[in-house]
Amino acid sequence: MKITISSQGKTLDSAVDPRFGRAAQFILYDTEAGSYEVISNTQNSAQGAGIKAAETISQAGAQVLITGHCGPNAFNTLKAAGIAVVVGADGCTVGQAIERYRSGRLTASGSPDVAGHWQ
Amino acid sequence: MIIAVASGKGGTGKTTVAVNMAICLNEPVQLLDCDVEEPNCRIFLKPDIRRRERIVLPHPVVIEDLCTSCGECSRACQFNAIVSLKTRPMVFPSLCHGCGGCIKVCPQNALAEGVREIGTIETGIARQVEFVQGCLDVGQTLSPPLIREVKRRAARKGITIVDCPPGTSCPVMAAVKGSDYAVLVAESTPFGLHDLKLAVETVRRLGLRFGVVINRMVSTDRCVVKYCRSEHIPILLEIPEHRAAAVAYSRGQLLVEAVPEFRGLFERLCCRIISEARGKEEGPAVTTRGKIVGTA
Repeated sequence: MKITISSQGKTLDSAVDPRFGRAAQFILYDTEAGSYEVISNTQNSAQGAGIKAAETISQAGAQVLITGHCGPNAFNTLKAAGIAVVVGADGCTVGQAIERYRSGRLTASGSPDVAGHWQ
Repeated sequence: MIIAVASGKGGTGKTTVAVNMAICLNEPVQLLDCDVEEPNCRIFLKPDIRRRERIVLPHPVVIEDLCTSCGECSRACQFNAIVSLKTRPMVFPSLCHGCGGCIKVCPQNALAEGVREIGTIETGIARQVEFVQGCLDVGQTLSPPLIREVKRRAARKGITIVDCPPGTSCPVMAAVKGSDYAVLVAESTPFGLHDLKLAVETVRRLGLRFGVVINRMVSTDRCVVKYCRSEHIPILLEIPEHRAAAVAYSRGQLLVEAVPEFRGLFERLCCRIISEARGKEEGPAVTTRGKIVGTA
């Protein structure tokens, strides 16, 4: 299974980026191989950054997203792409977030946890 | 002739200048209130509204039977309003700017055009002034298309005054573009000067002829005057700080009617702007300086 974590840095020791759409980058972690790759989130969207980021991680093959917060447009796009959304993982490292998810202390959310910027 | 009344900073007196100019002009005059998020010229002009039109903006609608999920639409959209995953594209109408690009690039003709309402345009008469205002619906964020619709109603003859939104972003561009002259209304404070500089940069980039009106001028702070002189920007009028003006404003009255001394100032302002806009050689910067006796 491939898990994507919004990250402020490029290693498992980096802090989770609480933002999804405008996250510094994403770590794509492969649970079977125990390896990861860094996916850049270089976009300059005036709007709809969450939608664009959802497209990016969907194309990278993510099945789960772990992040701090997720708004309605990003959430609906992720849902359409079949990606489970886990929010509330800010304040820890990427490695810790993966561990918490695997041990069941972080679980997928059924709805966005913050309001959109444009609605 | 189209005269745009703009400013960088909000609350400097754009509407005050626009409505009082409109009332003082001696030729056919039209006023377009393009501050569509909060149009307020009507408070002072009290127009008789005769026509209301709902304004819509197009957005794509996916015809699922024709779509092959190729993703061309998503790649064409600069606003992330349509996204193609492995499934059929998802459309976010509230993010759509209505450019129609996705519909044009779709190789399957699988996108139709839907519309959403964004606001209302009201047209009417306020004494001799032909009045048009745009009102953006509550909850809408995209004002430039509505502003452009208001401007499409600009008269071909006479003088059209455009009351612009504040700032220097897209709505201001939409409102100011295509004008023959821009009047920048500024207040003489450090903050006012900072934002005036941004507004000057904007109109210069658009290649517009422009001048400055300083509102609520107090003799102690001359930062805007100094700036305009150093940049060779004509100061069209200095409106003095005056208690009676504030009282009239708070009651929704026109300055030129509530405080008769103001009429001369605005009449001279109109003449000055029209001659500047008609491209008279710029002479030495002569400033009309309001001198009003009375309780300040």
